[in-house]
Amino acid sequence: MKKVYGLPQSLKRADTHYCPGCGHGIVHRLVTQAIDEFNLRNKTIGVAPVGCAVIAYDYWGIDVSEAAHGRALAVATGIKRCLPGHFVFSYQGDGDLASIGLAETIHTANRGENITCIFINNACYGMTGGQMAPTTLLGQVTATTPAGRNPKNLEGWPLMVSEMLSGLKGVSFAARSSVSCPQKVRQTYKYIKEAFNRQIKKEGFSLVEILSPCPTIWQKNPVEAAKWVEKEMAEVFPLGVIKE
Amino acid sequence: MRTDKKDKHRYHRPSGNQRLLMSGNEAMGEAAVCAGCRFYAGYPITPQNELTAYMAKRMPPKRVFIQAESEVAAINMVFGAAAAGERAMTSSSSPGVSLKQEGISYLAGAELPAVIINVARGGPGLGNIASAQSDYFQSTRGGGHGDYYTPVLAPSSVQEAAELVFLSFDIADFYRTPVLILADAIVGQMMEPVNFDFKKKFTKKIPLKKWALGKGKKNNPNVVKSFFLEEGRLAIHNQHLLSKWEEIKKNEQRYCGYQTKDADFLIVAYGSQARIAQEAVDKLRKEKIKAGLFRPVSLWPYPVRALRQAAKEAGKVFVVEQSLGQMVEDVRLSLPGKKVLFLGKAGGGIPQAGQIIEWLKRNK
Repeated sequence: MKKVYGLPQSLKRADTHYCPGCGHGIVHRLVTQAIDEFNLRNKTIGVAPVGCAVIAYDYWGIDVSEAAHGRALAVATGIKRCLPGHFVFSYQGDGDLASIGLAETIHTANRGENITCIFINNACYGMTGGQMAPTTLLGQVTATTPAGRNPKNLEGWPLMVSEMLSGLKGVSFAARSSVSCPQKVRQTYKYIKEAFNRQIKKEGFSLVEILSPCPTIWQKNPVEAAKWVEKEMAEVFPLGVIKE
Repeated sequence: MRTDKKDKHRYHRPSGNQRLLMSGNEAMGEAAVCAGCRFYAGYPITPQNELTAYMAKRMPPKRVFIQAESEVAAINMVFGAAAAGERAMTSSSSPGVSLKQEGISYLAGAELPAVIINVARGGPGLGNIASAQSDYFQSTRGGGHGDYYTPVLAPSSVQEAAELVFLSFDIADFYRTPVLILADAIVGQMMEPVNFDFKKKFTKKIPLKKWALGKGKKNNPNVVKSFFLEEGRLAIHNQHLLSKWEEIKKNEQRYCGYQTKDADFLIVAYGSQARIAQEAVDKLRKEKIKAGLFRPVSLWPYPVRALRQAAKEAGKVFVVEQSLGQMVEDVRLSLPGKKVLFLGKAGGGIPQAGQIIEWLKRNK
């Protein structure tokens, strides 16, 4: 029988600590699958974030560096400049990348660092208990917006990170996808591969924003959470290639 | 003088015993290059700007200079470079070093070697840009969050600044720790002749960086981290760090004594302030007052044993600082029962030789 699917070599066999219905596991698999497909396992260095994916190195069978909250792209810059022949990517959530680390994000992109950034957008701070993220939707109830996020309370609007970065000349590729259904997962994989490709071709900064469910914080079951990504989040954050 | 033809910017590098007139900031940059520093990231702040500018033009091909978007980014870039196994450095001045403390704590936790230069200025807050020694507490007590120390070296001349920077990369690599150079604005800004024909001062064999990123094995990848979530695991890591510091305390105490053997009155000062104190000692000796100077070079670990030895015969100990009294605490901790007096000025004030002499005479 022809084997059409298997566990990526770069993905460790480990028990997951992620909640049922969480998107991290899917994206971990997609990233490691792309590492395998490009035959990069021996020369890939990942930079793990602070957040639920802080121990991503327990799942990735590659060299990984930790980074302080928000500093993944600064750390990745140091690594990539010293090891330009290696493939370097950061894996960051919305609080990490779009809030505390926004300066590092913008400047790494603007320098045109030849780094790939996998950006998990779940519209909240997951690990710390569901506070408002820069990407939290209007009206979304969080631990710190108990009445729902409201611009009239000066809580701002969802931050469109990918659109914002697309205006920078150093950015080679930016796309947004989700992992809410198999079709979207496959689309996400295509974007990840394209982002990898840009780094391999030394074309500069590449970003894939992935809308990812967080059922625990959203207080939804996994199916409802996936539907919420498609119906609510994708309304605000349009899917597709933003810069190519 | 020879010119390195390979260097696109052409720099002049002294050979043999040739001496160059350089500022402390530039000399520290050159020393880092000589030590094999392959990565430098910095952010503009006075009074250390000459160092960043020097690195920008001086970094040889295939080495990296980055003007970072912030102090925080600079130290985290250094984290990445150090994790990749390269000799890495950043420099700043007091307010900037406060911002870097997050990264320094992570470097210490992840056991990454790096060199951080602080050309200190006045504080708290924005303070001013004059010379100050008011970052002593921050430098010698860890500085960032968590249980940790970093070796701290304090130069008092341009030549010594260069030598200590050169040495600090070895200390950092051997112990896998960030090392802090605490220079003050006077040392950073003044120009003195300096030669880069360093005598090797660190003799221990530095192990290969098998732990670095890019050197992991397929089934045993390298992970650089300071995060230990499993119960009891962090306690083990903390104990491991503790034993490392004990080792550093044992091996890396550095100091310099001047006329201490028969000193009845021992002055203790470091950095640029020690130069001024030395002038005071000379003048006092001419007046037949047996003064001596003890100058700690390593501020952490503090040279406790040597200080005790130097202060043995002294009736009183006089501590002089460009601060309101920080190192004096270490002197008091080192010399229980000894009468320790303090003279300090902050905010850009510098205790002058005449003032030190007058103060010592009044209190002797």
